[in-house]
Amino acid sequence: MSSLLSIYIIFLVVLSIVGYSALIYFTRTVSPVENEDEGPHTFDGISELNEPLPLWWLWLFILTIIFGIFYLAFYPGLGKTKGYLDWTSHKECDEKVKVEDKLYQPIYASYSNMSVEDLSSNLKALKIGKSLFINNCFLCHGLDAKGGNGFPNLTNSKWLYGGAPNEIKMTITNGRKGRMPAYGSIVGSEQDIESTALYVLSLSNESESSDLTSKGKVKFSTICSACHGLNAKGNKFIGAPNLTDPQWIHGGSLENIKTTIKYGRNGVMPAHKDVLTKEQIHILTAYIFSLNKNL
Amino acid sequence: MRHEVIEKNIGLMAVLIFLVISIAGLVEIVPLFFQTDVHKPIKGLKPIPALELEGRDVYIKEGCHVCHTQMVRPLYAETKRYGPYSVIGESVYEHPFLWGSKRTGPDLARIGGRYSDDWHRIHLQSPRLLVPASKMPAYPWLQKIILNENQTEKKMKVLRKLGVPYTDKDMENASKTVKGKTEEDALVAYLQQLGLAYKKSQ
Repeated sequence: MSSLLSIYIIFLVVLSIVGYSALIYFTRTVSPVENEDEGPHTFDGISELNEPLPLWWLWLFILTIIFGIFYLAFYPGLGKTKGYLDWTSHKECDEKVKVEDKLYQPIYASYSNMSVEDLSSNLKALKIGKSLFINNCFLCHGLDAKGGNGFPNLTNSKWLYGGAPNEIKMTITNGRKGRMPAYGSIVGSEQDIESTALYVLSLSNESESSDLTSKGKVKFSTICSACHGLNAKGNKFIGAPNLTDPQWIHGGSLENIKTTIKYGRNGVMPAHKDVLTKEQIHILTAYIFSLNKNL
Repeated sequence: MRHEVIEKNIGLMAVLIFLVISIAGLVEIVPLFFQTDVHKPIKGLKPIPALELEGRDVYIKEGCHVCHTQMVRPLYAETKRYGPYSVIGESVYEHPFLWGSKRTGPDLARIGGRYSDDWHRIHLQSPRLLVPASKMPAYPWLQKIILNENQTEKKMKVLRKLGVPYTDKDMENASKTVKGKTEEDALVAYLQQLGLAYKKSQ
């Protein structure tokens, strides 16, 4: 702030304080009605008097002015002056963050020395993990962590990118980008897509193979197997799902599978390394790991 | 004091009222026009690209700013929930700014990259599919309305007049990037960049 601007602000602030004080000073007494004949202004039996200000109101006014003077002495307000306390909202927040971090740091530190496996049976840590989950993960994966259409279930031990502690941790920290490209034109006609989808469906529900599924199998082994593998068990290094279990992320109906083949799918897990601390991710990993332990 | 003089002279009273109520504006608002540090962008801040700009207009049109703020206040709890508090340098290219004044939904200043594009699309079409307790209205029409790409360049020109440093190259490609895109595409693109400039500047 330039000093000219500062002087301008100081001038106006001081002017208003002086102005209000003057107002009180000059209205402290009531001048008598000049024309005695007219008397107070009366209408409909109600007369307008010229009384002094009520005392409680007057004192309130005086107190606010005194408060204002003290406020300006302690807090920033008079142009460039910072006030006796040297306070800013940013400084207050930063200090509070420091104090709180110091408070929680030992708790996190004690857990970060424990392995994910140990933590996943530590009820206190899991409680922290659950609230971290609710604050950061539930919007996509659901409160029960069972996912939803397009978002993976985290409780069924079926993992796109692996379910080992370090793999889960990697997924939370750096995020994942899974991409099923649109294969409509590559697979071929509507019929080809249908037969491929039927074959994919047959992988998990033991339906009898037919002419169509065997046709689909040929398509699958030439196109889809590149990512999903010849045995259709998927590939955790690129997040290609296992197609031989009845767990579907984007829906397991014939129509859903056809849509997936035709238009592709994008599965994005955002990175959380800027949102959560390493210690928090450690505990969150344990929480998610714990969801799969009883299976 | 003879307040009768003021009470019976409405012109004088109007002038005096105006003087009294303008003091706050003169002290709190006018100095900001001349204060250089509130006009200084944060390091690396760029005006938002064409599609995001159109998304911003969709955001305004649908009234998102009525229920969502875009300002994380410097309070401990808010920084824990949303991320680092907002600084003035992030908003210097915003005309008008969209800080908002009331939160029915959460703050969006740091939303960029927090969720996937698909999440935003599903959420805009049917919020309760993803967040059962949500009271946000659905915006299913956004995916059906195609943007008018002929207006984009003009909008950028106006913003340039207001001091947003769009380059000629930005404008050249503006209508090409916007062409054929839906309002939903634009809005998602806009949401996905909120707060990223701040993150980069750190």
